[in-house]
Amino acid sequence: MKLTLKIWRQENASAAGAMHTYELDGVSQDMSFLEMLDLLNEQLVTSGQEPVAFDSDCREGICGTCSLMINGEAHGPEVTTTCQLHMRSFTDGETITIEPWRADPFPVLKDLVVDRSAFDRIIQSGGYISANTGSAPEANSVPAPRDKAMRAFNAATCIGCGACVAACPNGSASLFMGAKITALGELPQGQPERYSRVVDMVAQHDAEGFGGCTNIGECTNACPKEIPLDVISQLNKDLRTAIAQGR
Amino acid sequence: MASVHFLPGLTPTNTAPVQKSDDAAGFYVLGDKLVDPKAPTGPIAERWTTRKFENRLVNPANRRKLNIIIVGTGLAGGAAAATLGEAGYNVKVFCYQDSPRRAHSIAAQGGINAAKNYKEDGDSTYRLFYDTVKGGDYRARESNVYRLAEESANIIDQCVAQGVPFAREYGGLLDNRSFGGVQVSRTFYARGQTGQQLLLGAYQALERQVAEGTVEQFTRHEMLEVVVADGKARGIIARDMVTGAIETHIADVVVLATGGYGNVFYLSTNAMGSNVTASWRAHRKGAYMANPCYTQIHPTCIPVTGDHQSKLTLMSESLRNDGRVWVPKKAEDCEKDPRDIPEEDRDYFLERIYPAFGNLVPRDIASRAAKYMCDEGRGVGPTVREVGPNGEERQVRRGVYLDLTDAIRRLGRDKVEEKYDNLLDMYARITGENPYEVPMRIYPAVHYVMGGLWVDYELQSSIPGLFVTGEANFSDHGANRLGASALMQGLADGYFVLPNTIRDYLADGPFEAIDESHPAVVEALESVQERIDKFLSINGSRSVESFHKELGTIMWEYCGMERTKEGLIRAIGLIRDLKKEFWSNVRVLGSGESLNQDLEKAGRVADFIELGELMCIDALNRRESCGGHFRGESQTEDGEALRHDDEFAYVAAWEWGGDDGAPVLHKEDLIYTAIEMKQRSYK
Repeated sequence: MKLTLKIWRQENASAAGAMHTYELDGVSQDMSFLEMLDLLNEQLVTSGQEPVAFDSDCREGICGTCSLMINGEAHGPEVTTTCQLHMRSFTDGETITIEPWRADPFPVLKDLVVDRSAFDRIIQSGGYISANTGSAPEANSVPAPRDKAMRAFNAATCIGCGACVAACPNGSASLFMGAKITALGELPQGQPERYSRVVDMVAQHDAEGFGGCTNIGECTNACPKEIPLDVISQLNKDLRTAIAQGR
Repeated sequence: MASVHFLPGLTPTNTAPVQKSDDAAGFYVLGDKLVDPKAPTGPIAERWTTRKFENRLVNPANRRKLNIIIVGTGLAGGAAAATLGEAGYNVKVFCYQDSPRRAHSIAAQGGINAAKNYKEDGDSTYRLFYDTVKGGDYRARESNVYRLAEESANIIDQCVAQGVPFAREYGGLLDNRSFGGVQVSRTFYARGQTGQQLLLGAYQALERQVAEGTVEQFTRHEMLEVVVADGKARGIIARDMVTGAIETHIADVVVLATGGYGNVFYLSTNAMGSNVTASWRAHRKGAYMANPCYTQIHPTCIPVTGDHQSKLTLMSESLRNDGRVWVPKKAEDCEKDPRDIPEEDRDYFLERIYPAFGNLVPRDIASRAAKYMCDEGRGVGPTVREVGPNGEERQVRRGVYLDLTDAIRRLGRDKVEEKYDNLLDMYARITGENPYEVPMRIYPAVHYVMGGLWVDYELQSSIPGLFVTGEANFSDHGANRLGASALMQGLADGYFVLPNTIRDYLADGPFEAIDESHPAVVEALESVQERIDKFLSINGSRSVESFHKELGTIMWEYCGMERTKEGLIRAIGLIRDLKKEFWSNVRVLGSGESLNQDLEKAGRVADFIELGELMCIDALNRRESCGGHFRGESQTEDGEALRHDDEFAYVAAWEWGGDDGAPVLHKEDLIYTAIEMKQRSYK
């Protein structure tokens, strides 16, 4: 396959960026999207040009590191991570536009690499169950109803990639936050901190500059782990309850 | 189990090994014997309890005056940082990823073992201990392994309390499954994403401490040197990967939890960034590297499709519980649609050769059997180009079927989907084939390394004050790791072992204050800067990536699933040539003062090249087959691995011999008192 790639190049966080165009030949249908970029970079280095910086690590769809807007869509045209997107999803001769995640709280560090540490700070604000090492009761002493455990698990599959934010016209992280609140809130272990958790996380979310949720649903469409939109309903419900309790 | 001593005294069941062969003569220097100075004595079941009591305490008011550096935020590092933060120490934690949540532990799929005996199927701490020592081909220390088995049950309690969503039965209690090489159901799992869920538990505990202020977190930081001042590890030199700033961080103690080095093979199931640099830099400063040649090849990965491939993807071997492995009986059937091959023309080779364990034989055995089927010309899937041992090219099909048809018939598609759906989705996405309709294709790939920095019972390396945990150390798995045991070791080390052993060391602290003017710091800083300048100034003609690929090809061919004396000697020569070329012809563009991924990779590949040479020397010296190390010269008449306990029941701990010197081999004899060594047989 032969492709035309339009790629966002930006030297560092404070430099101005611009789109650059590259022609790339010899792309195989079996390559992942990132292997296609590896091929481009190999050619750039050979010709004395600096390779395009982009983030990836596990390349098996679970670490959440890779993060590209491909033709305007977070992770591209399939419901998956960029590392699991294969070139068989594109056609010979196609022009592909590649940009970093778009969202103010995710500033660009270089080329296609963004800073997602705002997500860590949201977790720091309450996205955990306080259980010091050594203080845990016997695991089977607290049964968890299977349907609730299943819902918790489905929400817990969030990989924190940030596609939901990049896809949201408001730049909201409500799907990310709702997933954590649902995962912990559905389990008996998560109850003691359930309502303080939601209040603290929402406050941090807003302080980071993420936008409000208006239920557009682009987030869930872009989510590679198909986190359902109802985790945001859960978030809102828990937040209402917390407010009603005067927290 | 008849020969197991249930009431162990201290009578050794084996004698110290005496090595007769010397295949690696000329490639190494023999050093003094190594003895674990912290090895506990007494009845095996009491050793850890006794040690926890005997290790000195640090009073809570003094803990905040003590500084701990932890490098790596996977299960071992994340759990240790969280636990030590909770205890009140000052912790700094470093990772090269943009968030601790992305450490490669997150990719572990299948599960975590624990001796809870929830199934009442005969499991016990002793049985988990026994299985682990046996599975590791009697090349692990029995005290360490017993402790691991003992702590396993606590891990489950801890993780459940954190909200890790393990699979549950309808009554709300925890579910278990069985795993490769094991006949009891002791594996706890969260669908095919157990590593992710366990890591998120540790990560959340860690972030909680960051918020509390006990832990300071440095992301996108890479450790490039360890500071050894007055004989003790006192800090690290790290590079801020965004700004390029070279930073000095001083502490009372340094912990490496930096994972494994499987990427020395280029293609592996490890994350792209997984590397050996932290361990290798420590090795060059005096930390011994133990058993580096022990590489676990995982039998159930998605096969290679072509030259463009950057990494391999593992399919949890829990699939072997329900999937049947086969190849066509006739080579001419290999191109056919597998659904058109009748039952009588299929060779379920694992069930045929190993009827007692069948598809659940341990990983090394399953891997090698698959290789032999393909070598015989009965592999399936696309033909790939390979360079053979003599440098000639060959075309081979590298794949065997993993077939869920019977399971779908027996359990129903829904049940199979519930157990494995994300794995099967992943397979479909990568291969473009539907595993519910067509048997999957699998092939072995490099997955985990049992070798790593040598540590004593307290997880301290040969450099005082440098502790090593998780996959980065050599301990607990011997020559082969059983399925679902990596997560167990990472978390046992991180939550329970290290926090209890490190306090004895810290009880001597705080140590004398040092600052950036200390000669050890100056030396470390200068060497880091020189190295970076060197990479940027070579300006040769070959990309870093091309060197890594070439190293990987050499390692896989000669130090992969099967090793021979002749091949290993050839590999050492090839690696030495490659090293010379790297340092004169690599091209690294850009600057050191910015985010520069090629510069990062250059340092890692340079270290992988040196490690690769040591792995080959270690493999050459060990003229026996055990676990993940199969020497062609040491097999039984019917092609099974043949160990030589009388010669090699030792840990090979290698000391850096200098840039121009040969590595020094220190042998730590493995003496068992609770277990009697036996040849493995899964037939």
